[in-house]
Amino acid sequence: MLKGGVIMDVTTAEQARIAEDAGAVAVMALERVPADIRAAGGVARMADPIVIQAIMETVTIPVMAKCRIGHFVEAQVLEAMGVDYVDESEVLTPADEAYHVDKWKFTVPFVCGAINLGEALRRIGEGAAMIRTKGEAGTGNVVEAVRHMRTITSEMARLTTLGDEELMGAAKELRAPFELVRELSDTGKLPVVNFSAGGIATPADAAMMMQLGADGVFVGSGIFKSEDPAGRAHAIVQATTHFRDAVLIGEVSRGIGEAMRGLEIAEIGKENLIQYRGW
Amino acid sequence: MPRSGRRTSYSTVDGNGLTVGVLALQGAVDEHLRMIEECGARGVGIKRPAGLDDVDGLIIPGGESTAIGKLISEYGFADPIRRRGMSGLPIFGTCAGLILLSRDVVGAHGPLLGLADVTVERNAFGRQVDSFEDDLEVEGIEDEERLYHAVFIRAPVMEAVGAGVTVMASLGGGAVLAREGNLLLGAFHPELTSDLRVHRFFLDMVAKAARGARHGGR
Repeated sequence: MLKGGVIMDVTTAEQARIAEDAGAVAVMALERVPADIRAAGGVARMADPIVIQAIMETVTIPVMAKCRIGHFVEAQVLEAMGVDYVDESEVLTPADEAYHVDKWKFTVPFVCGAINLGEALRRIGEGAAMIRTKGEAGTGNVVEAVRHMRTITSEMARLTTLGDEELMGAAKELRAPFELVRELSDTGKLPVVNFSAGGIATPADAAMMMQLGADGVFVGSGIFKSEDPAGRAHAIVQATTHFRDAVLIGEVSRGIGEAMRGLEIAEIGKENLIQYRGW
Repeated sequence: MPRSGRRTSYSTVDGNGLTVGVLALQGAVDEHLRMIEECGARGVGIKRPAGLDDVDGLIIPGGESTAIGKLISEYGFADPIRRRGMSGLPIFGTCAGLILLSRDVVGAHGPLLGLADVTVERNAFGRQVDSFEDDLEVEGIEDEERLYHAVFIRAPVMEAVGAGVTVMASLGGGAVLAREGNLLLGAFHPELTSDLRVHRFFLDMVAKAARGARHGGR
């Protein structure tokens, strides 16, 4: 049960321990954090199982690991290793341009990225047990995470205002499974948790995403690319728990060193944006 | 599942006038609040120890026990929860909440509240892939002949319980729901179903304790 918590990207057992000690609810085991993947270029793949194994043996909190979009064999390997969640992630280089993994075939739960409601519902339709808004990974720039969360929230709000006869048209526009659209029009919320990811670098970033309606946050490069990872990790956990307490967020933000430098989205160029991988 | 979005009123049979706090540091807080309100009581999320002063009962929800445990220490919840627990406040710990309430945990773990005379094994059924749902026979809840559909997520189990603990449901040789005086201990997530019976059982404990406190105060 990860709700209300912070999930941190880690690349070594030592980082995993820092994350657990800071109060992370889970860790994402990676070979490189997204900022380094972005810098390295080339093809990014599932991490070496030895890295994931070492992290699984170190912490008692759940361990997640990423497979490439559509790479069902990487997902099978991760499931066989016993990881707690598989992230079918746009941060890695997609393996299939047409299809995402059929997640119903797996026992292990999947988390998938989405930039809008249609994408979230398509992934849930494929069996995802958890959604995270994509943001723009490895940038330390929260603007895309905000855009995606606001988009999903307003699209959900709109669905609840529609009459039954309008729902098929809405499903067509969203390119989303009709049954999920109908359910959402009634409940006003996704049937799975929706975390925020991609660009969260400060305690205030994390608290903002919570106030915008996230069920929790993923922090990738933002922690271990900063000056004081342990202090920042701890501060982000506090800010996520007390996301409406501005005094506290200010207190925990003091003296935790510099955040990761970050990237302006416009400088990246649209063809290099990770969020448009997958559909 | 009940349609929470369009519901406007709750029945007020059992929980009327009672306030139940849900420790709101991490985990299934909203879900418990919804169940409390459906039982007719008022639910409040508790983020600071001062919030404990105004509640008739407390739920420590499921989540990650290490994360919640660290936040309990950090914000000074441990002593006030222990104090109120020892003076009779009904407390319901589910999953991670059970671990935190227990006196002892098998293997390495952080600080515990230590109120419940039980020994808990964390992740007793395995990792996330071994999470499951099962129909339990639960003694003592209303309509108890009807099986209770329980959701187990990386669930703990009570592998040993003290003499003052009444086991209400078991699975695979361990206790998964038990009562010890003012404490209710559950290994599963009763807030993730629409079956209110376990929450009603707890609300009944809360109502009786509140009545007792009022009489005692006269």
